[in-house]
Amino acid sequence: MSETNSDRQRRGDRESAFYLFTQQRLPACKPVLTPPWVITIYFLVGFIFVPVGLFTLRASHSVVEIEERYDIECVPSQFRNDKVSYIQDDSVPKNCSLLFKVDKYMKAPIYIYYQLENYYQNHRRYVRSRSDQQLLHGRNFHGTSYCQPLESSNNRPIVPCGLIAWSLFNDTFTFIRGKALLKVNRTNIAWKSDRDHKFGKNVYPFNFQNGTWIGGGKLNPRIPLSNQEDLIVWMRISALPSFRKLYGRIEEDLDVGDYVVVQLMNDYNTYSFGGKKKLVLSTSNWLGGKNDFLGLAYVFVGSSSLTVAIVFMLLHLRSQR
Amino acid sequence: MASIRKRSIQLSKLCSFACCRSDSLDDHAQIAQKGYSRVVYCNEPDSQEQIRLKYRGNYVSTTKYTAINFIPKSLFEQFRRVANIYFLVVACVSFSPLAPYSAPSIILPLVVVIGATMAKEGVEDWRRRLQDIEANNRKVKVYDRSSCSFKQNKWKDLRVGELVTVYKDEYFPADILLLSSNYEDGVCYVETMNLDGETNLKLKHALEVTSSLRDAGSFKDFRALIKCEDPNEHLYSFVGTLYYDCQQYSLSPQQILLRDSKLKNTDYIFGVVIFTGHDTKVMQNATDPPSKRTKIEKRMDRIIYVLFSTLISISFIGSFFFGIETKKDISGGNYRRWYLRPDKTTVFFDPKRPAVAAFFHCLTGLMLYGYLIPISLYISIEICKVLQSIFINQDQAMYDEETDRPAHARTSNLNEELGQVHTILSDKTGTLTCNSMEFEMPALGVTEVEIALARKRGEQLTEPTSIDGFESKKSVKGFNFRDERIMDGKWVNEEQKDDIQKFFRVLATCHTAVPEVMDSGEIIYEAESPDEAAFVIAAREFGFQFFARNQTSIKLHELDLESGITVDRVYNLLHVLEFSSARKRMSVIVRNPENQLLLLAKGADSVIFERLSKQGRAFEDKTKEHIERYSEAGLRTLAVAYRELDDDEYKTWEKEFLNAKTSVTADRDVLVDEWADRIERDLILLGATAVEDKLQKGVPACIDKLARAGIGIWVLTGDKRGTAINIGYACSLLRHGMKQIVITLELPEIEALVKHGDKEAIAKASLDCVKKQINEGKLQVGKESSIEFGLIIDGKSLTFAMDKTLVNDFMDLAMSCATVICCRSSPKQKAVITRLVKSVTGKTTLAIGDGANDVGMLQEADIGVGISGVEGMQAVMASDFAIAQFRFLERLLLVHGHWCYRRISMMICYFFYKNITFGFTLFWFEAYTSFSGQPAYNDWYMSSYNVFFTSLPVIALGVFDQDVSSRLCLKHPSLYQEGVQNLLFNWVLILGWMFNGLLSSIIIFFLTTNSIIGQAFRKDGQVTDYSILGVTMYTCVVWTVNCQMALSINYFTWIQHLFIWGSIALWYIFLVVYGSIPPTLSTTAYKVLVEACAPSILYWLTTLLVVISALLPLLSYRAFQIRFRPMEHDKIQIQRRRSESLERDVAQSRLSESSETRNSSELPEEVRIRINSLKGSSRRKNS
Repeated sequence: MSETNSDRQRRGDRESAFYLFTQQRLPACKPVLTPPWVITIYFLVGFIFVPVGLFTLRASHSVVEIEERYDIECVPSQFRNDKVSYIQDDSVPKNCSLLFKVDKYMKAPIYIYYQLENYYQNHRRYVRSRSDQQLLHGRNFHGTSYCQPLESSNNRPIVPCGLIAWSLFNDTFTFIRGKALLKVNRTNIAWKSDRDHKFGKNVYPFNFQNGTWIGGGKLNPRIPLSNQEDLIVWMRISALPSFRKLYGRIEEDLDVGDYVVVQLMNDYNTYSFGGKKKLVLSTSNWLGGKNDFLGLAYVFVGSSSLTVAIVFMLLHLRSQR
Repeated sequence: MASIRKRSIQLSKLCSFACCRSDSLDDHAQIAQKGYSRVVYCNEPDSQEQIRLKYRGNYVSTTKYTAINFIPKSLFEQFRRVANIYFLVVACVSFSPLAPYSAPSIILPLVVVIGATMAKEGVEDWRRRLQDIEANNRKVKVYDRSSCSFKQNKWKDLRVGELVTVYKDEYFPADILLLSSNYEDGVCYVETMNLDGETNLKLKHALEVTSSLRDAGSFKDFRALIKCEDPNEHLYSFVGTLYYDCQQYSLSPQQILLRDSKLKNTDYIFGVVIFTGHDTKVMQNATDPPSKRTKIEKRMDRIIYVLFSTLISISFIGSFFFGIETKKDISGGNYRRWYLRPDKTTVFFDPKRPAVAAFFHCLTGLMLYGYLIPISLYISIEICKVLQSIFINQDQAMYDEETDRPAHARTSNLNEELGQVHTILSDKTGTLTCNSMEFEMPALGVTEVEIALARKRGEQLTEPTSIDGFESKKSVKGFNFRDERIMDGKWVNEEQKDDIQKFFRVLATCHTAVPEVMDSGEIIYEAESPDEAAFVIAAREFGFQFFARNQTSIKLHELDLESGITVDRVYNLLHVLEFSSARKRMSVIVRNPENQLLLLAKGADSVIFERLSKQGRAFEDKTKEHIERYSEAGLRTLAVAYRELDDDEYKTWEKEFLNAKTSVTADRDVLVDEWADRIERDLILLGATAVEDKLQKGVPACIDKLARAGIGIWVLTGDKRGTAINIGYACSLLRHGMKQIVITLELPEIEALVKHGDKEAIAKASLDCVKKQINEGKLQVGKESSIEFGLIIDGKSLTFAMDKTLVNDFMDLAMSCATVICCRSSPKQKAVITRLVKSVTGKTTLAIGDGANDVGMLQEADIGVGISGVEGMQAVMASDFAIAQFRFLERLLLVHGHWCYRRISMMICYFFYKNITFGFTLFWFEAYTSFSGQPAYNDWYMSSYNVFFTSLPVIALGVFDQDVSSRLCLKHPSLYQEGVQNLLFNWVLILGWMFNGLLSSIIIFFLTTNSIIGQAFRKDGQVTDYSILGVTMYTCVVWTVNCQMALSINYFTWIQHLFIWGSIALWYIFLVVYGSIPPTLSTTAYKVLVEACAPSILYWLTTLLVVISALLPLLSYRAFQIRFRPMEHDKIQIQRRRSESLERDVAQSRLSESSETRNSSELPEEVRIRINSLKGSSRRKNS
């Protein structure tokens, strides 16, 4: 009797999941790349990717973008051969104007970007040269050795310290349509989390850009860092050496045929390292800005897999015969 | 009482080893010299002298570590690996400003990996510790002098010199000098299974002077001194002297009871503790077996070197460009990239010293690209292998119900090597055969056995078990002979009944078996070898029942010839001349009840025939003929002979013999053999015996399968050529249609030379002869390439074939034969052949055996498989895998071997793939940071990569993946060739995977950057910054490598699904959790997913595009390769698919047309596709 019990138990064991597991016989899906599967997968990829690509391309095309390089034009002709001395010479006026012609209707909000090229914000020395603690807690926070060589000046700490803040972009732009000044909204251009949690509300610039070494822009010492959105945007470092950063928003539509005059102060030195400066006006849609690459890539990958599917099918059928 | 004492003295004198001569000091001259300095004060453990000697206690610790040294010692073990040292150095340097990432982020994964390995070590050690605790706390009765009685004490408190008593079936707590036992003559039986694995009982004798101390009271005044050798590891030697009652007695191993052996058949013993704890022989013997490394691991090391050189070269390239860029930062007083402050810089970025900066950058690069070296590779492989071995141990299909023994992977690091075995070297007896001997038939001089033999021959050799035509009688295990003429006592009617009687008397007395009477009255024999048991059983069946033995006598129930009734006869056992492989015989000297002195002998025919007297050759020709026939039938034969001794001769001989025995010189054994030889002559031949060594279950099928898998099989056996060939046929090693090439020296011309005895001439002629035969064989093989060949060579020829000048030719010949049988080979030759095969082929060899004589072979081979059979556990102890039956080898190799090989090789390839993919995205990104050493990702993303987001799926691959099911593995043995030819881990494949990794990294980096950089990446106009690019790229990497894994495996259970998709999900969870901790800790990851990426459609679209694009290259390659150049497993998978769908169709058609009946068993035949003929398929048996 006990034997039959143990037999039954054993049979029960044999069906249990644990037994199947130890015997490596768990129910399993065993996919095999058989020709029908291969062809199906490739057709599927093709039939999804091509429409997605086309759709994305259309979205990209619907974005209106005006881009204008100004770092060359804004240098007076006598300085064209030595742009570095032009930019470093304080006595030379740096104002300059650009003319934008609107070819397509641009719906508000229109985003204003400045674009720098060949500027290594992602250089390791540069990236590290900041103190998140100081940005949040102010100058009472010590231990800003990462900020070297811009940790302190005249034995007093610099707030915000470090290379990134020091090299703050300081070109300024004003936009005029016809006779009227276009209103540019320069708030909310930084990420909210940065404003709220990375830059202190009670931290004010201190001892910033007043020594012998002047880098980029200056900061108003009466405005707390969390409201210095230009700084916040600048300190969110770029991924690659050419990048755009948000400058502001024009909150009026621009019509076809409008002319926009940009009055700018060309203060920022990109000449010594051969960088470019551009000003970009762009609308946006669900996809973001204008970039055909993604759409083209989708179409390319989709159509390639269709090709592979067809080639595979033909080869398969031929060798079957 | 006095008479009993007297008798026991007399008998003990006769016992072979009970030497009690007082003048033996000269033999023990080494006592008290170097190496022989131990002094034991018996029964005085508390005496000043004993305490002053400070011998170790009986506490035993087998652990590798202690609580104190665990951390340093195991850390040291860890950092013996090159890769770990690299990571340690990186971790140390990461505190300097050189490091591209923060120190904790690199130290944590290292701590996790090292910690996991250390935890594994710790757990293993803890298990050992528990065993130690158990052993240390066992109880033993120790003599207490104050109360003159024995009291319970713990093993660990036992001290040298204490008196102990051990009861039946208890283990000895230390090495003990046997003083007395419940037997008068002070003998006891021990089982030494834990020491040498031998299951037979061994007899130990106490010294005669101490054997009378048999109760607690008699120990009150017992004082003695022992001087003996220092602790050593020799189990079978002991040198010592006992000083007792102003006399000296020399001690031998016969008086020593070793720790971990067990008292059997004896109620109790008394003894003195000599060696305790780690001084005991068994503890001194504990050494680690030689560690073996697999070919895959060796190649893996080479891949790691390749990766290291890649690492160094890309760091160097980076430094080169970095140096150039940095140098340009200051040119003629102008600061180029002024925002980097090139004027006030550290040495790492100093434009004035670009070479130094570049050098330091190179170090940074070495750390940054360290992700090319998979930090978790070793621990992952170790985890996988341990789990794989658990699966092997758990496999029900390799569990032997009869012996209750599952398969056991004793080392886990050879699993994948099981899938690459090229040659199997197998022992025969006990491995292919059961080693449970069945007495087949006696050749009783002139008694006609032709009929029996003819019957035997007419039978299927493959099924020798079912031969009995006389089913009426209950079959007796170990006995398989039926002949109505001599069975059931009818032999008394035969003519040569005297000879027959003598024959069986020899069988019943000339042995070392011990009878054990069961409760039922049945007698069970414990014998040293199964042959012996078979003889005793046979004698019993013929009416000579051996039922009791003690030190000096053997008792038989015997059929009296005259009266026909059973009487008890007592033979006084005077000497046992034991069996050894050199002597090839054993004999006993007895005095029978008629007071005749007899020498009874059995042994190999060649040895016995040499020693026959002129008168004793009456049956010689006839017996030779019988033996010839028996061995043709695959039976093991022994010749049986006897001799009558006269008292004077015996007495003079005995004196000399005892002298030889009691001498303690190095050549004692030689002397003993010499003296034994003197008396074992002028024998009278009685006949021969034949026992059958039954083939194990399933051996022919298994060998056939292994041959079809393309594995070469060599059988190395000590048997005669005829027997070996017969067994070869029986287990389908030799098949019909196979041509035999025989290399032998048993040729007339050589034998003629041997008779002359000129050794040099013999050697030369033999060498030439072997050479000639080898060359002939090669010629034959070259001529007829379509036929399979079997090579049969004997041990003598083999010694010549291994000669330097011949060895290459011989191996060439052997390799071109499907089967090689080496007969009459010695254990040492087995090991030498194994080494030779290993070195000549350079392929994996597997040795399988069951006995102590196979240990050398098992340790020499790449993989040693021990059969936990009848011959004890010694082979198992030396093996890497232990199985209960030979036939399980099929499953071990074809299923587990194949799976493990595939798993480990795919796992390693994939490991390199995923790390190259990741490492190179770092490199491409760095190229865009002017090679400044800035990593593309947040520090903690990087350090979690190997540990969290990619580790579990690869472990699932390494543990669970199956290309085809076990059933199909066994059905298609040709699949095994993938491992033998190393198709899944060749350099093309490895480099292919690496290239795939490179390609993936390029696709990921360039598609991602081009898609999301530049324009606004979401509707609110925000652009992609450094942190968002990092997250997007990392997302793509995690998706890609995990999906790549999903593409490469063929076996999805819920575990795989959980691990693969779970890893991807874990990344998002990690990002949310990590992103929600304050920004001073999370830095660039702060809210990056929640705030920036997740709301952006572009982010998701890019992920989809990049992942699919990165998967397509491999998918396309696999699709075309499976369709147009399928590998073996691909074919089997496709075939399985087809048969499944066909079955489904058939099931449907059955439903619709119920009238049509089809045999479903035909289905596999219908769908069988042609199997590509790999090497092994041509060997298929065409029956």
